[in-house]
Amino acid sequence: MEDREIINEFLIESNENLARLDQEMVELEARPKDAALLASIFRTIHTIKGTCGFLGFSGLERITHLGENLLSQLRNGERELNPGLVSLILEMVDVVKSELSAIESNGAESGSSHETLMNRLREAADAQSAPVPEAEPAARPPVAAPPPASIAAPPPPPAVAAQPAPETPPEAEAMTKSTIADATIRVDVGLLDRLMNLVGELVLARNQILQFGGRLEDASFGATSQRLNLITTQLQESVMKTRMQPIGVVWNKFPRVVRDLSAACGKQIQLDMEGAETELDKSIIEAIKDPLTHIVRNCCDHGIETPDMRLRAGKAAQGTLSLRAFHEGGQVNIEISDNGRGIDPVKLKQKALQKGLIRPEQAERMSEREAVSLIFRPGFSTAETVTNISGRGVGMDVVKTNIEKTGGTVDISSRPGFGTTVKIKIPLTLAIIPGLVVMSGGERFVIPQVSLLELVRLEGEAGKRQIERIQSTPLYRRRGNLLPIAYLNDVLRIGAKHRESDVINIVILQAEDRQFGLVVDGIHDTQEIVVKPLGKQLKSITHYAGATIMGDGKVALILDVPGLAARSGVFTDARDSQRSIAATGETAASERQSLLLFRSGRFERLAVPLSLVARLEEFPRARIERASGQSVVQYRDQILPLIPLAPYLEPGAASAADEVDPAQVVVFSNGERRLGLLVDEIVDIVEENVTARQKTDRPGLLGSAVVGDRVTDFLDLHSVIDQFGTNWFGSRGGAAGTRCTVLLADNSQFARGLVRNALEIAGFAIVEAASVNEALERLPRQRVSVVAAAFDLAGGGATALAEQLQSTPGLEHVPVVALSNDPGEPGFLGARERFADALAKFDRDAMLRSLLRLAARVGESLAPAEDIPTGVRS
Amino acid sequence: MKVEQNPTLTAEQATSQFATFFVRDLFFGIEVLHVQEVLRYQEMTRVPLAPDLIEGLINLRGQIVTAIDMRRRLGLAPRHEDEVPMNMVIRSEDGAVSLLVDEIGDVLEVRQDVYEPAPENTARQLRELIAGVYKLEGKLLLVLDTEKVLQVA
Repeated sequence: MEDREIINEFLIESNENLARLDQEMVELEARPKDAALLASIFRTIHTIKGTCGFLGFSGLERITHLGENLLSQLRNGERELNPGLVSLILEMVDVVKSELSAIESNGAESGSSHETLMNRLREAADAQSAPVPEAEPAARPPVAAPPPASIAAPPPPPAVAAQPAPETPPEAEAMTKSTIADATIRVDVGLLDRLMNLVGELVLARNQILQFGGRLEDASFGATSQRLNLITTQLQESVMKTRMQPIGVVWNKFPRVVRDLSAACGKQIQLDMEGAETELDKSIIEAIKDPLTHIVRNCCDHGIETPDMRLRAGKAAQGTLSLRAFHEGGQVNIEISDNGRGIDPVKLKQKALQKGLIRPEQAERMSEREAVSLIFRPGFSTAETVTNISGRGVGMDVVKTNIEKTGGTVDISSRPGFGTTVKIKIPLTLAIIPGLVVMSGGERFVIPQVSLLELVRLEGEAGKRQIERIQSTPLYRRRGNLLPIAYLNDVLRIGAKHRESDVINIVILQAEDRQFGLVVDGIHDTQEIVVKPLGKQLKSITHYAGATIMGDGKVALILDVPGLAARSGVFTDARDSQRSIAATGETAASERQSLLLFRSGRFERLAVPLSLVARLEEFPRARIERASGQSVVQYRDQILPLIPLAPYLEPGAASAADEVDPAQVVVFSNGERRLGLLVDEIVDIVEENVTARQKTDRPGLLGSAVVGDRVTDFLDLHSVIDQFGTNWFGSRGGAAGTRCTVLLADNSQFARGLVRNALEIAGFAIVEAASVNEALERLPRQRVSVVAAAFDLAGGGATALAEQLQSTPGLEHVPVVALSNDPGEPGFLGARERFADALAKFDRDAMLRSLLRLAARVGESLAPAEDIPTGVRS
Repeated sequence: MKVEQNPTLTAEQATSQFATFFVRDLFFGIEVLHVQEVLRYQEMTRVPLAPDLIEGLINLRGQIVTAIDMRRRLGLAPRHEDEVPMNMVIRSEDGAVSLLVDEIGDVLEVRQDVYEPAPENTARQLRELIAGVYKLEGKLLLVLDTEKVLQVA
């Protein structure tokens, strides 16, 4: 054997043994008297030392020699094991590992002397603790045992020998000489890959033969092809198995990781592992190694609390981290759970808001589950303090990306105070995946099954109508939610067959965290396909993930679902990935409403819905008087309080409104009392589609929107009036009796703000909700008389909310009023009878009438109907 | 394909072997070492959105091979519908790629001393793809620079 080969063999063997050693050391801590374990550890170090001497790696030899001294003292019972010693030995193991990798890359030792470690090892060996009483004073073996002349490996424990070698350099093709190792052989991974490819070919050839055999009526040919079939299947399975490794290969290092981390953070963590024998393709094992380690580190660092915190929370001082792996449905499931503090969704939302990862209205809409998933966003870290263990904001997003690269999924769930569980699903192998075969433009395409959610088939004219359009954007209404649609023929620019077709096939797909429908010409069956890469000339087309060879020998392209989604324009804003489908529909559906535009100070274009305005008035300055520190004017036999808007929107700025003569006043009324808002100038009254809205945090404003091609700020009447302490909202109960509470459910905070303004001015108390779930959560806690819900409410629409209420004891009599931006749309008209009432979202008068009537019916004492204020429009 | 031996060849004269083919009336050669095999026309799977000159994908014993139409690559008029091209499968760093050519010629052994760089006055699109020219008797053998040919889009 050449030197290089001998060294390679030494490296392979040592790395293998050291990987086991990590685990053994941790076990040893639990069972310090286990002689077999000690012997095995001693043997490993001894062998490395011996071989190093033989190969002339003197630095390594010196270090391992010192380590061996320590171990032999332990083995002979001359001293007892303590955590300090374990850490020291592990440190030595780390140095040995780093030296080995230096040898692997450079063929020589790193050259550093590791003086401190050597001194500490020496000191530890010298500082002999008192011998353990019951131990026989055994004669120590000669410390520097002569190195074995050969590089024969010590017989490793059988359990380990049966495993394929972890982390072996690919050039390793040598055999170990030990007796048990005779049953195994090292094989180059590249060779296994080629073997796998060839089996793939054989499978295709077999498929063709079977097709051929079906046509040929020859009994012996039939029998032969059946046998071929059987053998091929078995061969395929066997070859796939050669690439399989137990997940324990990765898990082996976790006891050490957890031990080190818990020592570093002063925590007590017990690691449970179940299903370490679950097998996975080697390439996948490689791909999930780092993500898994990261999750485990995160659990230890952030998840599990310190012992005193745990005790205070009424939990055992020792936290548990459990790893579980099992096969299910052709996939491998890995669950990592801890019983630590869990993740607080509210805290996550705040963090995400702070970092600008989400917008406030998104945060409001977000379910707890979605909030917990924020942890997977790039640039996200909730650790209050950045530790060297985790918390640099790189991590969970990388974990997600890496796992998704293997075609897997990752999901996190958490109960605050009880712990967190991360569930990972990964395919058994990357080489062969299940896929759905579809037709478009006369070509076959394969869609990976992992992205597939459901198939929808629409037939005839009625079917065609189910694809609705907002301008030219096609949408499909799926259980109340609007789903963006793309036509594969259009995306790939192949023919236009779907236009004439009588049947519309929609494949509903999941691209990252969003869903969309892909219309194809035809849907075939699902198949196991062998994924092959495309040549570099085609790499730039992100629509394809690769190609495969079908049963008839022809090539079919595999669609890349995320790439397709990005390119087809179903999601216009690539960054805004949290946006739900319902919200997409909401944004697309613009609202046509009458607006009063006015000016105040630097705010050139402010708007309030005209429906809220009672009158527009001009008062000569001379008529404005002051009463109880407030500007007032006598108006229709009443005193009308006047609120200057400018000081509120721009505190401290000089107000031009004071100079304007006559004063411009917008009068609002709650039916009984009136209030005037002093503005600089009334600009216009327009009826416009309100589009492209943006929320603002500025007090007094609901947000901005484009009105008539110009950005316009929407006034938050509620906050403006409240701000002036007029007790205006509180007083309205005077006439109307007890305030009645309306639960206002709408995806859009903006829309809620507008409706809320209208309702509050009329004397209702408002509880807001952004989704069906949120509404259901809030309802029992508030005394709600009426529910007003947007027809397209997130989480199933007003329909779902009404149904849920009917089946909830105590809430079954709460009437639901459905509100729609477009009351003329057929879906809304059709669903009318399911609700107590169905109204246009911004028809204030009709809404007030309806709500008062319904509230009265449920037995609340309410204002009589004639108290309903009338707007200027009526 | 038979190898045309030049009887006057002496050991001192360095030679190279070229697999030759025609695209329209142009006579091309690729060093035999770069050629994997020659195939009759195969059924193709078209790749929507791919550049025009990529004719499609073929299944070469389980390997997926991109086929590049040499007519389009050279900026020549497309083939007539009833003209069936041949596959010249060449090796590249990125795996096998097929060049669709009009007709396959012989494998020629040519002497280095009749070699010349591509003439300056050839059309630019052609000159960019040619490494040089062998002045053979009665015809010119254009040596295709396969690396450049494969640099598509």
